Amino acid sequence: MNLQQTSRRSEKLESVVIRFAGDSGDGMQLTGGQFTLASVLAGNDVATFPDYPAEIRAPTGTLAGVSGYQLHFSSSEIFTPGDSVDVLVAMNPAALAKNLPFLRENGLLIVNSDAFTSKLVKMAGFESNPLDEGDTSLERYQVFPVDLNRLTRDALVDTDLSSKEVDRCKNFFALGLMCWLYERDLSVLVEEVETQFRKKPRYMNANLLVLNGGYNYGENSAQFMTRYEVPAAKAGVPGTYRNLQGNEAIGLGLIAAAHRSNKPLFLGSYPITPASDILHFLSQQKALDVLTFQAEDEIAAMCATIAAAWGNQLAVTTTSGPGMALKGEAIGLAVMTELPMVIVNVQRGGPSTGLPTKTEQSDLLQALYGRNGESPLPVLAARSPGDAFEAAYEAARIAMKYMVPVILLSDGFIANGAEPWRVPDVADLPEIAVNELDNADDFPDGFHPYTRDPVTLARPWPKLGTPGLEHRLGGIEKWDITGHISYDPENHQHMTDQRQARVDGITREMPPSEITGDASGDVLVVSWGSTYGACLTATRLMRKEGHSVSHLHLRWLNPLPADLAEIFPRFGSILVPEINNGQLYTVLRSKLNFVGRPYNRVAGVPLQIDDLKAEIAKSLAS
Amino acid sequence: MTTQPPRKLKPKDFATDQDVRWCPGCGDYAILAGVQRSLAQQGIPPEKIAFISGIGCSSRFPYYMATYGFHTIHGRAPAFATGLKIVQPDMQVWVITGDGDALSIGGNHFIHLLRRNVDVNLLLFNNRIYGLTKGQYSPTSEVGKVTKSSPLGSIDAPFKPLQLAIGANAGFLARVIDVDAKVMSEVTAAASAYRGTSFVEVLQNCNIFNDGAWEDIAAKHVRAAATVHVQHDQPMIFGTEKNKGVRLVGLTPQVFTIGEDGLTAADAWVHDAYDPDLTRALVLARMEGPELPTVVGVLRQVERPVFETEVRAQAAAAGTGSASDLQALLVGRRSWTVD
Repeated sequence: MNLQQTSRRSEKLESVVIRFAGDSGDGMQLTGGQFTLASVLAGNDVATFPDYPAEIRAPTGTLAGVSGYQLHFSSSEIFTPGDSVDVLVAMNPAALAKNLPFLRENGLLIVNSDAFTSKLVKMAGFESNPLDEGDTSLERYQVFPVDLNRLTRDALVDTDLSSKEVDRCKNFFALGLMCWLYERDLSVLVEEVETQFRKKPRYMNANLLVLNGGYNYGENSAQFMTRYEVPAAKAGVPGTYRNLQGNEAIGLGLIAAAHRSNKPLFLGSYPITPASDILHFLSQQKALDVLTFQAEDEIAAMCATIAAAWGNQLAVTTTSGPGMALKGEAIGLAVMTELPMVIVNVQRGGPSTGLPTKTEQSDLLQALYGRNGESPLPVLAARSPGDAFEAAYEAARIAMKYMVPVILLSDGFIANGAEPWRVPDVADLPEIAVNELDNADDFPDGFHPYTRDPVTLARPWPKLGTPGLEHRLGGIEKWDITGHISYDPENHQHMTDQRQARVDGITREMPPSEITGDASGDVLVVSWGSTYGACLTATRLMRKEGHSVSHLHLRWLNPLPADLAEIFPRFGSILVPEINNGQLYTVLRSKLNFVGRPYNRVAGVPLQIDDLKAEIAKSLAS
Repeated sequence: MTTQPPRKLKPKDFATDQDVRWCPGCGDYAILAGVQRSLAQQGIPPEKIAFISGIGCSSRFPYYMATYGFHTIHGRAPAFATGLKIVQPDMQVWVITGDGDALSIGGNHFIHLLRRNVDVNLLLFNNRIYGLTKGQYSPTSEVGKVTKSSPLGSIDAPFKPLQLAIGANAGFLARVIDVDAKVMSEVTAAASAYRGTSFVEVLQNCNIFNDGAWEDIAAKHVRAAATVHVQHDQPMIFGTEKNKGVRLVGLTPQVFTIGEDGLTAADAWVHDAYDPDLTRALVLARMEGPELPTVVGVLRQVERPVFETEVRAQAAAAGTGSASDLQALLVGRRSWTVD
């Protein structure tokens, strides 16, 4: 045992935010994902925020090519990936330049010193190498330069890998080192590497060597005198847990809903960032009665989905904002023909192509109103990666019960982020009522497709191919009950009202709105979608500081819960934070009377807790 | 298809109680009657049939058929048909479309339907005009066409629908004149028997906005001389006197008179509808007056893998999962337990 080890100390921390950053080809998403896994299996609560460029492989060493993965792990319950970063792992100068603004003062900065060549330093926009002796630009941080390339090469000196292949392993060195630094159990990751590289034993061995090399480097070098421990979180609700990403959660929720309604699942989709992973995931689930169709375009995907709904499937389409724009006309047809389906919009930065890999909440008004004519449909939103399962399940349940297309809003933050999730027992999930008709017994004088359930106003879902239930659907206005073409003025008014009333009636499905904090007070923070975690955390922190603040999160955006009208007047002021220019705020303003204001920031990134606290303080002061 | 024996059906079993609202004299009436007759003959019950259309005059068709029907949105009927065939492969699906619907706004879906070879029968009513919007030039209008939106004549080069379909590797190609009941029932019968996308171009008149759309071919007094009805294994002989033949010199079709220049009926090109090579189908599709007769009948019926059959085969090969497989998927590869 050497001196360094004896004098080394261990520090206990409640939570840590790490950001891994490197070139797009450096494997930062993989590294972050693996460290996340090690953390959840160590019993921490986690929240992640992958932040990557739209370009697949921008030129090496450029600012445009920097890919990041932020991970917040904690021994208490957390809801966001964290505002500022405690530890930045920078694989090259560009990664440092781009991510340094997020690193808190006195934070740990671990840099791959081998990548700080004069060429790469210059490409990153530094005038001189910030690691040079005498350079003061990094003096506010604890800097740990590590020769990652050289150390990786040393670890692999006895393998037959080419030097290019060797260099690609360096992310595992960083991962091993971080595992040592945060006292993570390496055996979990050893198993992962063994599984993932099962078919490529050369890479498996190399990655294992490097992973261990990184861990041992921490142990043996004198560079790190403190190790950190983030103890396991208090055990939550008993059950089986896993780490779950939002896109996969949506796929799982839909399969579960199909299973519980005894329906095959059909997905008609066209690849688009950041929604494509749902298509990828579902295309692998054929054995669970899932059929996927990659259409020729967004419009065809929507149309095939409508046809599949007509053909008695749980029909789904997945897309992002630009795809929603293209699908608009067909969604109108789905409204008119009153067919059940789920339309998933994984929102990204807009307008137009916008910021394909960044997050935003700016498609709310598009979801509510982005069609011609009066075409109301239910809209709900997921609030976190794990919650996306329940949101997708609920979307499918309502679609089939009410015979209506439902829009489910997610976003890039939820899609790629991950969190621990308690796995439900499929048999315990809510029942799904399906209004299916498989005979014409109740229609001796011919089938009338627009008869309605007196409570839900849902029309029947005739089983295609049944004798006596032949009918014609279409986009032209229908006669009530018979479904024949109608241009009658009074009938059009009546049908317009019926379509609206059917959607409005969905409020009967909603439990009373849940308020975090007191039922009345000075400020009520109202949020929807992925800002849930930040708004909840900011509210809790402000309450701890003694302020009268409560939080209400909306699952449903259309219809809005009926009890908002009595809740809002109980608060002095309503604060509506959104990653858009005030879309929910506009909707609330149009439907309710209240004193309040929006807080909007459209930067392609999640809202920050500190900013929200400041906004709450402003509302309190006004 | 289902195995039940064919039911005795009459054309009126396929007619709805809805008033047909096409203009008097419209070619659509003849097509509707022809299709109803043909369906009655093939004996598939109405509940096993779906008619899907887009937008346009022709697209009102499903309202007049006592089958399942879906009048969708402009140009997209092939996408609906594809979705339906994937989930309900036993339904016989017909797509009714027009030149604007299929070739302009819906051009993308049209070619993708053909390339995938989804088992649907697509009837394209080609009247070379936009009728429902009251008379603008369409993607099959001839150059120079004067319409409301082309007062100085259209400068757009037109599509030839069969040629476009060949580009998408269509397995079944046919052409028929709206009022030609005999060829209509031959073509619709062959189309419904074919497994894959059957593409039928119907040369149709619009007596309101483009009267005489196909006058040079379809008019009773010119039809025999201006068209050749191709049938598999039969020589291409045509003309009022049945004394004209088409022969192939290299890949160039030529018209000859039987008995002149030492040429006999035996010199006529013998039609091979099952030729896997597309070259001759393209030659047939491009033939037109005044030098050459326009081809009607079934130009091509070549077997290709059927899309929804392949989709279903992949799904079947994946096996059938149980509720416990679903639970296992939810739990995922890595999980932990909290007691």
